[in-house]
Amino acid sequence: MTVVNLTVNGKPVSEETEDRTLLVYFLRDRLGLTGTHIGCDTSQCGACVVHVNGRAVKSCTMFAAQVAGCEVTTIEGLAQDGKLHPVQEAFRENHGLQCGFCTPGMIMTAVDMIRRIPVLDRETIRAELDGNICRCTGYHNIVSSIEDAAKRIAAESKGQAA
Amino acid sequence: MIPYQFVYRRAASLKDAEALLAGSADAKLLAGGQTLIAAMKMRLAQPSELIDISGLKELSFIRAAKDAVVIGAGAKHFEVAGSADVARAIPALARLAESIGDPAVRHMGTLGGSLANNDPAADYPAAVLALNATIKTNRRSIGADAFFTGMFSTALDDGEIITEVSFPIPERAGYAKFPNPASRYAMAGVFVAKTASGVRVAVTGAGPCVFRVPQMEAALAKNFSPGAIADIAIDAVELNSDLHGSAEYRANLVAVMAGRAVAAA
Repeated sequence: MTVVNLTVNGKPVSEETEDRTLLVYFLRDRLGLTGTHIGCDTSQCGACVVHVNGRAVKSCTMFAAQVAGCEVTTIEGLAQDGKLHPVQEAFRENHGLQCGFCTPGMIMTAVDMIRRIPVLDRETIRAELDGNICRCTGYHNIVSSIEDAAKRIAAESKGQAA
Repeated sequence: MIPYQFVYRRAASLKDAEALLAGSADAKLLAGGQTLIAAMKMRLAQPSELIDISGLKELSFIRAAKDAVVIGAGAKHFEVAGSADVARAIPALARLAESIGDPAVRHMGTLGGSLANNDPAADYPAAVLALNATIKTNRRSIGADAFFTGMFSTALDDGEIITEVSFPIPERAGYAKFPNPASRYAMAGVFVAKTASGVRVAVTGAGPCVFRVPQMEAALAKNFSPGAIADIAIDAVELNSDLHGSAEYRANLVAVMAGRAVAAA
């Protein structure tokens, strides 16, 4: 057993856990943050994507002990003061989700994608979604959502700069 | 899936990692963990301890010299893919790193981890072998030709830790792979490098371990063009055969990928 100290969605967390506990189980079972999903559990589907120190990672393929001292952001941490994140807003308006199971991972991947590549075309978005699977096969609207979100974020940051 | 019990330790330095490794018979190093953790979850691996070296700054660097690019074992795939130094000196290596796994995997996986694991379908071994890179460990330097000894096996001894890899800068280099549509691992990946001393061709994904193709190397040394190797057939005898493709299919893929790699170089 190890006591893991970290920051989750901006709040300090200190929890005792087994060394073998995977981050996704730690988030869901210890912290009750069930927005992060377990899909394939083999690092392929991307339903478990969270951010560690700002970068998208698959939380089914790392141990909670590895993120000691890190800042973790989950889907629950995106909305601020009751206002959806622009990527969440874009998914809602573009019908970017069907059953919704893959959505948290898709959105966390999309936020990271837009941070790294602010100007995105549809081909790049599809390539960047390599590690996220939607079993409703709703990719078309997911791509549209991310394209729209990138534009919203670019407009927002331009507005802030002006 | 839940792995067997183990004890997690975070190494404070390379020296610390060496001491922790020496103090345990069944300890394993944890770098990016993108293969090791998956194997542990399947209960195919049962280390008694994991020694986490992913945070070691001394292993995480990319340095461009006059005739080589030196990359720390802890450099992550996204760092190699995004490095201006690598893109300038060996663009094929940057593109190879960009083609590994998916963005989330590239945020974790490391050069040293990939080489130490030596998965038959991993990308980096092809670059290391074709570019005739030198693998430096905490004890010695190992040439690429001596490093990869077989499926999932390398020349590394117990307690030996890869610290950096020095890639000589080639005149031209190219990499082409045919990824498995589901796993994205290479069904066949070919890295071609041309230097003043000749041409090296290395193949991953098709056989049990990365290998060179001397016949193609000789032909490309005389004439570095896809046409020069168009008629060279690859012997399927020692290639992999599985549900994704027969050995004969892979042999043909190697020839096609080799031509594309030369065209891309």
